[in-house]
Amino acid sequence: MRVPLSWLLEYAPVGLAPDDDAGVAEMARRLTACGLEVESVERVGQDISGVVVAEVLDVEELTGFNKPIRYCAVSTGDGQDRHVICGATNFAAGARVPLALPGAVLPGGFEIGARKTYGKVSEGMICAVDELAIGDDHTGILVLPPDVPLGIDFIEYAGLRDVVFDVNVTPDKGFALSVRGIARELAIAYDVPFTDPAETGLPADALEVSAAVYPASIADPTGCDRFVLREVLGCDPSAPVPLRMRVRLARAGQRSVSLAVDVTNYLMLELGQPLHAYDKARLSGPIVVRRATSGEKLETIDHIVRELVPDDIVISDSTGPIGLAGTMGGVESEVSDSTRDLVLEAGHFSARGVARMSRRHRLGSEASARFERGVDSELQRRACARATVMLAEFGGGTAVPGCTYAHVDVEPVTITMAAGYPDRVAGLAYGLDTVQTRLRQVGCLVEVEPGVARDGGVTLRVTPPSWRPDLTDPADLAEEVIRLEGYQNIPVRDVRATAGRGLTASQRLRRAAGRALAYHGFVEVVSHAFMSAADFDKLQLPAGDPRRSAVRLSNPLTDDEPFMRTTLLAGLLRTLARNVGRGMPDVALYEFGLVFHARPDEAPFAPILPVDHGPSEADTAELAAALPDQPLHVGVVLAGNAEPPGWWGPGRQAGWQDAVEAARIVLRSARVAFEVRADQREPWHPGRCAAVVMLDGEREVLVGHAGELHPRAIAALGLPARTAAMELDFSAIERVADTLGPVQAPPLSSYPVAVQDVALVVAQGVPAADVERALLAGAAEVGDIRLESLNLFDIYTGGQIGDGNKSLAYTLRFRAPDRTLTAEEASAARDAAVAEAARRTGAVLRGAN
Amino acid sequence: MSAPNKSYDPVEVAALSPGELERAQAGALAAIAAATDLDELKAARIAHAGDRAPISLARAEIGALPPAARAEAGKRVGATRAVIIQALALRQAELESERDRRVLVDEAVDVSLPWDRTLAGARHPVTTVGERLADVFVDMGYEIAEGPEVEAEWYNFDALNFPPDHPARDSYDTIFVASPDGRERSGVVLRTHTSPVQIRAMLTRPLPLYVVSPGKCYRTDTLDATHSPVFHQIECLAVDEGLTMADLRGAINAFVAAMFGEGLRTRLRPDYFPFTEPSADVSMECHVCRGASTKPGAPPCRVCRSQGWIEIAGCGMVNPRVLVACGIDPDRYSGFAFGLGIERSVMIRHGVADIRETIEGDMRFSRAFGTEA
Ligand SMILES: [Zn+2]
Repeated sequence: MRVPLSWLLEYAPVGLAPDDDAGVAEMARRLTACGLEVESVERVGQDISGVVVAEVLDVEELTGFNKPIRYCAVSTGDGQDRHVICGATNFAAGARVPLALPGAVLPGGFEIGARKTYGKVSEGMICAVDELAIGDDHTGILVLPPDVPLGIDFIEYAGLRDVVFDVNVTPDKGFALSVRGIARELAIAYDVPFTDPAETGLPADALEVSAAVYPASIADPTGCDRFVLREVLGCDPSAPVPLRMRVRLARAGQRSVSLAVDVTNYLMLELGQPLHAYDKARLSGPIVVRRATSGEKLETIDHIVRELVPDDIVISDSTGPIGLAGTMGGVESEVSDSTRDLVLEAGHFSARGVARMSRRHRLGSEASARFERGVDSELQRRACARATVMLAEFGGGTAVPGCTYAHVDVEPVTITMAAGYPDRVAGLAYGLDTVQTRLRQVGCLVEVEPGVARDGGVTLRVTPPSWRPDLTDPADLAEEVIRLEGYQNIPVRDVRATAGRGLTASQRLRRAAGRALAYHGFVEVVSHAFMSAADFDKLQLPAGDPRRSAVRLSNPLTDDEPFMRTTLLAGLLRTLARNVGRGMPDVALYEFGLVFHARPDEAPFAPILPVDHGPSEADTAELAAALPDQPLHVGVVLAGNAEPPGWWGPGRQAGWQDAVEAARIVLRSARVAFEVRADQREPWHPGRCAAVVMLDGEREVLVGHAGELHPRAIAALGLPARTAAMELDFSAIERVADTLGPVQAPPLSSYPVAVQDVALVVAQGVPAADVERALLAGAAEVGDIRLESLNLFDIYTGGQIGDGNKSLAYTLRFRAPDRTLTAEEASAARDAAVAEAARRTGAVLRGAN
Repeated sequence: MSAPNKSYDPVEVAALSPGELERAQAGALAAIAAATDLDELKAARIAHAGDRAPISLARAEIGALPPAARAEAGKRVGATRAVIIQALALRQAELESERDRRVLVDEAVDVSLPWDRTLAGARHPVTTVGERLADVFVDMGYEIAEGPEVEAEWYNFDALNFPPDHPARDSYDTIFVASPDGRERSGVVLRTHTSPVQIRAMLTRPLPLYVVSPGKCYRTDTLDATHSPVFHQIECLAVDEGLTMADLRGAINAFVAAMFGEGLRTRLRPDYFPFTEPSADVSMECHVCRGASTKPGAPPCRVCRSQGWIEIAGCGMVNPRVLVACGIDPDRYSGFAFGLGIERSVMIRHGVADIRETIEGDMRFSRAFGTEA
């Protein structure tokens, strides 16, 4: 909310000049410290000088120009006539006007001098509203009332020198969307007496109810509990808006529209009570505040026809809805430039109702912003009465005495609070006096209950004022005390360390796996979390693939990406392509992130549980059942060189091997047993796709796939040839890793190693991993001799071993725990290993046949 | 090679005469000194200390002497031989050291040559800074709590004291999961903050409770230099008997000291969050200029925009209504919470000007940070 300093000082006499920069900064600091954050401080009108009130003595119309040009004789009352050129025609001789004399400075540092123009010497300038920066009107010059003294400083007269605070009002502080509310806080902050504008300038009949005023009733008390109407008859629709009011509206960011609208806006800004003016001649029948019925329509004053729903709260007359309560009026009953008889409305509408309505109709207004945050429920008659007084005075109308007052009784809120509660929240002893004083300062009625409270102190019965509907709980009252006493005065108590157990095994594992990938050259990214329908197709996912069962969003960020990701690959591959596009062809990326699988049995609705007690286990189970499965995945993508070329020689292209190795890196960091097997799954190349299977005791758990991407996927996604990828269900890995105990150290033999090389011929289709497993299993059968390591050092295919075969050459390293192996023992161990390989894979020792 | 002699004919052992021995020694020393490399020295060794060398032949002759003469002759031969062997050893050492000098010079390389044969990996600063932030709390005894990103509205809003019509629950702010049966609402959202994890922690963990929850959040913000619809938050929550705002301030100060440096002042200002009451926003003294940039004529500070203070977090005392919704007795327990954006921390701490750099996945960005924050 933009609020001028001068307006605040009218009700909180702090005694501060607008050009006292240090004082203004201190005021902004104090407002911010009490919870009214001053976002900006703007000096206004302080760069204007040399503008005085003058009278137009004579007007000479110059001819021969393509627009009307007037040569005016003006006087400032000093007996010296001046002449100025003026292009406006909205005045006649005798008018009093603001005159910028030669040497004057207008907003923006614009200097006025005597100059020759249109063949005449112009000794200054008659100013329009926009030239004085008090509005955007440039249809004519600003004509002042005839009784303004000649020669006086116009800037002083109009109150142009000011400071405007832009206050960011938090959603709980509806009262602060008004000069009244901010001035009250200011008076507390500076300990000066506060004058309540709601009690200022009231007519004697302010609270009087009269049957002579336009009738109204409340049909739905849940939508409205106060509804006030007043009448002003015979207003001059062209009556000017008082200059100071106009200036203040401009400072607050409101355009001047007409006297009736400006008065309602002015009072809304001053008091926080939105008001609405109807053209009485365009109303028919009694006014009723009710809910809309389906099918009703209303054209609001922004000329949009709104389809109403039964939840909307409307103001209606016998013709139907004439306004959306507290949000926006209708076109049909709007005041016009011929309106003479006005009906003024001040209501108190349901905060929730207005909030829903304004959101439903995408219609936020100054009025709805206030009702949503809470308006003083005792302000309606006062605000309406003041509007009547002002309109009668400025518009020359006659106020009809009294008002129509439809109202519903509302239970007042009282809060019982231990007087020591604010102390316990803040960690600071304020004492009973301070607590009572602060609560009374914000307007609460505070009574001490007889007897002793549970904490040994006294209990307070607090009735918050009508303008603080946000105060409902002891915690709210504690906050009032604490903020007014100053957050800066809260002590600091050093942290007492608690007995935490540190990271969980899963949390440590995630960090370890991430580091392992980074140490192996992968760069972590945070990729896109959403997917489009086209992404599934580009990834070549077949119909019925579980990754097509995605969680759909009802209001996605972009309409073509309505799904939560079911795979990390779509986002990772897009990020890969972006890096390639930015001139970095060698890409290796990884990501940890959740993926989301819609459950086939998903409950359609997660219930909104009550909040006045904790949920039962059945309640939370019902919520859990409505949520999708959302495991943590880890993915990598690679393209270009895994090892770059250099002075050492050529590079090595990244490929399926690197993707599969990435899976091994992750699984090794988790210490889980696993196997890598050939598999076929989109989006991988059917001949270059590995399934990664965890061995959890007897159980096998498929945790993901790795390999080179399918050429069709590569083409569809616009990726470099041979792009490779890996994706694992990390949550599944965590579950198995969590069951592992600590590593048990192996015995280390210090006896010599016995090295044996073997070359095994197997059919082309036999996986090397199978041969390796068989060798290990076979060697394990031979007493206490350990096959410490085996290294595949050569793969040979060719004529010597027959078509469809391959030769796998391994170095086997055997060792015994307690002796040096003899040549015979080593050979026996090798033979046992080879025999098992022969049994399992049909391997034949090369050179043995 | 000389065969052992069986006879004792002194005439035949002229090689043992002192003159012969002197000649043999002089010849050997001259040859050793003249050797200019190890090969020449090897030749000299064979010629003067090898099996056919005079001194070796002389030694072989000793056996042919009468026993009485053997000791004296053996002594002479031994002394001569020792002189030759020692000269050989000395020269050997000299020549080896010369050779080594030469070879090691020849083998010198340009050790500044690059050897970056593997690509440089990195972790994302949102990960590393997030871990650091979490670890500050873990070191104070907090435990890391996690929760789902697709979350029930009740956890994300209701239990946190957001009334049913709170503006944050509007589709302008919150991304909703579509209801499979076409109903208006599914009751499921993409979590808009990590606070629902607080609720889950309060419902599942024993009291007292000290948890910190980092994680990804989603809002319908338009992507610009300072806003991202997908971002990360970290929140701490403490629920215990007798916790006050003084404890909250202590936790904030400890956190700022660990993350940004010792001795930085912090400041709370009233703010509003439905789930805390009282609520505050937290600013800390600028860790770069420490407020110096606010002095007249001082050079401007990019990090705090010469304000001297940087807003880093929101905080407050857990609203008793939240405790009630979690089945916790607010008369016995109180709590505080403290939350901040991880991207924003990265931006403040590492001078990142545009939040988009954290989500674009440009490898140059992550690489600049290495593997630890
Ligand atoms: Zn700074």
